[in-house]
Amino acid sequence: MKILVCISKVPDTTAKISFTDGDTKFNEAGVQFIINPYDEWYALVRGLELKEANNGTVTTISVGGPDYDPIIRKALAIGADAAVRIDAQPTDSYQVASEIANYAKDNGYDMVLCGKETIDYNGSQVGGMIAELMDLPYVSLAVKLEVNGTIATIERDVQGGTEVVEVSGAFVLSASKGMAEQRIPNMRGIMQARTKPLTVVPASGSSAMTEVVSYELPPAKTACKMVDAEDMDELISLLHNEAKVI
Amino acid sequence: MDFSFTENQTMVQQMVRDFAEKEIRPNMMKWDESQEFPIEVFKKLGDLGLMGVLVPEEYGGSGMSYDEYIVVVSEIARVCGSIGLSVAAHNSLCTGHIMYFGNDEQKKKWLPKLATAEHIGAWGLTETGTGSDAGGMATVAVEDGDDYIINGSKNFITHAISGNIAVVIVRTGEKGDSHGMTAFVIEKGTPGFSGGKKEDKLGMRASETACLFFDDCRVPKANILGKVGEGFIQAMKVLDGGRISIGALGLGIAKGALDCSIKYSKEREQFGKPISQHQAIGFKLADMATEVEAAELILYQAAYLKNNKFPVVKVSAMAKYLTSEVAVRNSNEAVQIHGGYGYTKEYPAEKFYRDSKLCTIGEGTSEIQKLVISRELLRE
Ligand SMILES: Cc1cc2nc3c(=O)[nH]c(=O)nc-3n(C[C@H](O)[C@H](O)[C@H](O)COP(=O)(O)OP(=O)(O)OC[C@H]3O[C@@H](n4cnc5c(N)ncnc54)[C@H](O)[C@@H]3O)c2cc1C
Repeated sequence: MKILVCISKVPDTTAKISFTDGDTKFNEAGVQFIINPYDEWYALVRGLELKEANNGTVTTISVGGPDYDPIIRKALAIGADAAVRIDAQPTDSYQVASEIANYAKDNGYDMVLCGKETIDYNGSQVGGMIAELMDLPYVSLAVKLEVNGTIATIERDVQGGTEVVEVSGAFVLSASKGMAEQRIPNMRGIMQARTKPLTVVPASGSSAMTEVVSYELPPAKTACKMVDAEDMDELISLLHNEAKVI
Repeated sequence: MDFSFTENQTMVQQMVRDFAEKEIRPNMMKWDESQEFPIEVFKKLGDLGLMGVLVPEEYGGSGMSYDEYIVVVSEIARVCGSIGLSVAAHNSLCTGHIMYFGNDEQKKKWLPKLATAEHIGAWGLTETGTGSDAGGMATVAVEDGDDYIINGSKNFITHAISGNIAVVIVRTGEKGDSHGMTAFVIEKGTPGFSGGKKEDKLGMRASETACLFFDDCRVPKANILGKVGEGFIQAMKVLDGGRISIGALGLGIAKGALDCSIKYSKEREQFGKPISQHQAIGFKLADMATEVEAAELILYQAAYLKNNKFPVVKVSAMAKYLTSEVAVRNSNEAVQIHGGYGYTKEYPAEKFYRDSKLCTIGEGTSEIQKLVISRELLRE
């Protein structure tokens, strides 16, 4: 079983977000980066579980510069067998997806797993685009994945319940919370990560289809108003007149 | 000179933080309250390779250096001092003593189990009558054929009850002779060897502390570490590394106390603004953070010397002294910044306050560190 897991680099959730170059670039100065949690906790770990149960291999793939290497090595420390980095600055979802698809299409993977979205841009697009570009079935927002021979049974959260989907043959999936439990790497894994293959391949030259014009921070949180627990009238009046939610 | 963390240190830091938040923080007050030594946590730490951080890979350890070791102990202590202390004592005292002074056969026999926490380790130097003046110990071992017979007791021993093996330093020669003591490995279940009642402590309450008793306890000569008569000298060398270990414990507590103070002072408002905006509180934070930085630098300097086998006695004593005092000062200020809430168990400040005090006492008091430092200075 050959599993490909897409790994993306995102700012740590506690990072201070600011922009440079006239609000067109994210300011990376002083920011700590982590593996996108949906990629790490769910896609990668479920991939590792399947590999362990079925004697397979897990390769991670990322589109990025050398600044990606530390988070890629963390994925190796958690248990991936090998990593591929496509040497290009990620610019938009299409460019990333087509770089990954171009690499993956000749390598015979049984499945391509990614997180449901990155926690920075929340695009939720790469998985679907990879599937389209590789002409494979795509199952999004999956919470459970079981594989039996060539049939994969996948559960998705749908409004008010669960949908169970079956796919036959290779597929692309985006993983949501619940698919697996976070795995903390151990010291041996951290040591071994240095000796596992991290292959850097040149980009195929896909270009972006969109361009960021500007970023804007959400309005600063305004002060919290306390209302006496007994004073319902005041609460209603504030919700009606100030917050304008009722 | 490069002051930034290596990639390994960053990865270890994230791993230990994740573990501490998931497995330690949710339970630590319960363990503290009931003085429970949560053995299952140490087994999990063993699975992660955190119970044999410095042990070479050929003996089942993680084969890392003091650079990563400091990260491990300090990041645990940043959340819970008790677990930090037990990890420190297990790694650097018991395991460290066997690693540095055991022969190959002894290392093969004991290190793999210690490194995975299949065995919890204890280390006994202190006695009721001799703490700072450990060389004056009264517990004796007398040669008898292929064995030694040990009589006496050790006091304040971390993991005295739950430990599976203990390294103990006992008298085999004349009192007052620093070459008159020997280190033995004693396994749990050896007749005449037992742990006493758990101490009821101010802090570090989830770290088990108790007496060890030796009543005609027969130990084979094969369990002697290094040479007969070298035990005390070995113990002093183990403590050189141990000071880095307790230094990391103090650093972690000092950081934890600063973390919670920053968080609270930004949330708590008095006189119409967050208390962090009152200069008296802001300046406290500034002092705390400055001391943390200084303590961290000297600690990594000690680690650098130790990793490269340079003389480390003076700097490791300085590091232990400074980090311990900073831990106590920062925890004290943390309680102050939290006001009345800092005096309750609702907030973490009071636990840092109680736990921090061990740092200026265990593995050589602050006074003893100053004795060591001044002796080294005057010798130079
Ligand atoms: C929680 C905990 C865990 C411990 N774990 C272990 C363990 O695993 N193994 C182990 O062997 N020990 C352990 N200890 C013991 C610890 O190392 C001793 O408590 C410590 O060395 C101090 O010894 P003491 O308590 O006998 O104090 P004392 O030596 O009696 O000191 C009392 C006071 O006198 C001062 N003093 C003593 N001599 C001098 C001097 N020459 N000049 C100036 N001041 C001096 C001291 O600084 C201190 O302030 C532990 C202790 C605690 C509290």
